[in-house]
Amino acid sequence: MGDATAELSQPSLVDTLPPNVPVVEFEDVHLRFDENEVLRGVSFRVERGEMRIILGPAGVGKSVLMKLANGLLQPDSGVVRVFGKDLCTLTLREMFALRAHVGMVFQESALFDSLNVEDNVAYRLHEEHLPEEEIHTQVVEALRFVELEKAIYKFPAELSGGMRRRVSIARAIISKPDLILYDSPTGGLDPITSNTIIELVVKQRDVSHTTSLLITHRLQDAFTMATHRWNAELGTMEKMPGNELDERTKFLVLNEGRVVFDGSTRELTHTEDPWLKAFLE
Amino acid sequence: MKLLSPEAYAKDIVTSVQEYSLLCGRAIACLFSKPRYVADIYTQMDSIGVGSLPIVVLTGFFTGCVLALQAAVSLKEFGAVNMTGRLVSLSMVKELGPVLTGLMVSGRNASGMASELGSMKVTEQIDAMRALGTDPIRKLVAPRLVATVFMMFFLTIISDACGIGGGGLVAVTLLRLNGASYFHTGYMSLVHGDVVEGLTKPLFSAFIIATIGCFYGLQTTGGTRGVGRSTTQAVVVSSVLIILMDFMVTQLMIDFFGR
Repeated sequence: MGDATAELSQPSLVDTLPPNVPVVEFEDVHLRFDENEVLRGVSFRVERGEMRIILGPAGVGKSVLMKLANGLLQPDSGVVRVFGKDLCTLTLREMFALRAHVGMVFQESALFDSLNVEDNVAYRLHEEHLPEEEIHTQVVEALRFVELEKAIYKFPAELSGGMRRRVSIARAIISKPDLILYDSPTGGLDPITSNTIIELVVKQRDVSHTTSLLITHRLQDAFTMATHRWNAELGTMEKMPGNELDERTKFLVLNEGRVVFDGSTRELTHTEDPWLKAFLE
Repeated sequence: MKLLSPEAYAKDIVTSVQEYSLLCGRAIACLFSKPRYVADIYTQMDSIGVGSLPIVVLTGFFTGCVLALQAAVSLKEFGAVNMTGRLVSLSMVKELGPVLTGLMVSGRNASGMASELGSMKVTEQIDAMRALGTDPIRKLVAPRLVATVFMMFFLTIISDACGIGGGGLVAVTLLRLNGASYFHTGYMSLVHGDVVEGLTKPLFSAFIIATIGCFYGLQTTGGTRGVGRSTTQAVVVSSVLIILMDFMVTQLMIDFFGR
């Protein structure tokens, strides 16, 4: 396979990381679009196995943060490190190789509308030139994970919003990435469909223990993820007993381009910050 | 609409030229390194080359017809109506074939590329492609560039042939000229330099069409309205550049071949 495309056959990058190196690290990141300064010195770390939920008002730069984490945008100043590598110093080829270890679920799914579900999900595997039979098996497995095997030959235009998000999740997880970026996976969906998507995210977190960043506008979804776990025996999501919280799920709250909260669910719910309290209400 | 200061306007233009040059450079560099998307090149060849065939054939044919009619009227005044074949051949091979084919293919394909890539850009499919580890320039731009350059060459030859054929049909049926004489004078008037000139121009036109179409597509912002704007800009800019390139190549060829 060419070195400018995704190199899936490489070993997991998380396993090769030194113990104290975070999977994602932002250090005083600034970004401006024309006159609008979107990020004003954002710093945070995401440790391995952690699910970081990013909250904040609309237009505060959450999606921009996600694109920075995947090298789709470059900061004006500051450092973005993913798997310990400074994204600004990587060549284009190194960047594409790194992205092979990162799965991303876009806000509007961003499925290739000229390809059917199978080809969308198999996109990375086709780039890898894997045998067709193996690709089909892996696609079916990924679609089974999102409970959408029946839609394998459909085109994106024939799918509902929720189904598209599920295909997008299948596309992101098929290569078993070391980091998953979910950009508003429940945005614009009805509560029932949202819950299905959240269930999938929790399932992915608890089954694969993949490090992830997730943007959501729905506080209810965020707290569901913090208070629920995947029950593999029953095949469903369930509330954790005794008001327990998932320790790997942490929060990052942005406002006006700055981090206003970075911590655990318990710290967030017990905050004394007036703006944060108002935001959570 | 927000008015830009002259300084900001100048900066915008310089930035666009810089972005366009980088895109062209990277697209060309992609041709010399792996992976190459050969299947995409064939798909684009079919879409650009075979798909443009009807419009190129019809345009070439009727241009030849009109040229013969107009030429005969003027040449009659000098008693040189037998020179119709010569005039049609030279005009079609050196100038009208390459330029009209370029403009037709530009109208059909630069707009198609800009709208297709523009739609992908505004629906985040380009970002998704990058996020999936694929370089969009390698996957989308380079195959279109190769396919357009390759197919434009042959489309121009077909257009030239249809133009000369159309002129011949008019000369024989409407002007009552001798067909053998028409084709003989036409053939004899062409020299090596004319053919080289006529077949050099489509290579440049094709490069302009593919790169401008893809550039405006990849620069699209602002939803469906932005896609419409990119499509229009791609056709306008590529058409103007084709005419400008035609002038420059013609001047260069006159200097080189002396005609």
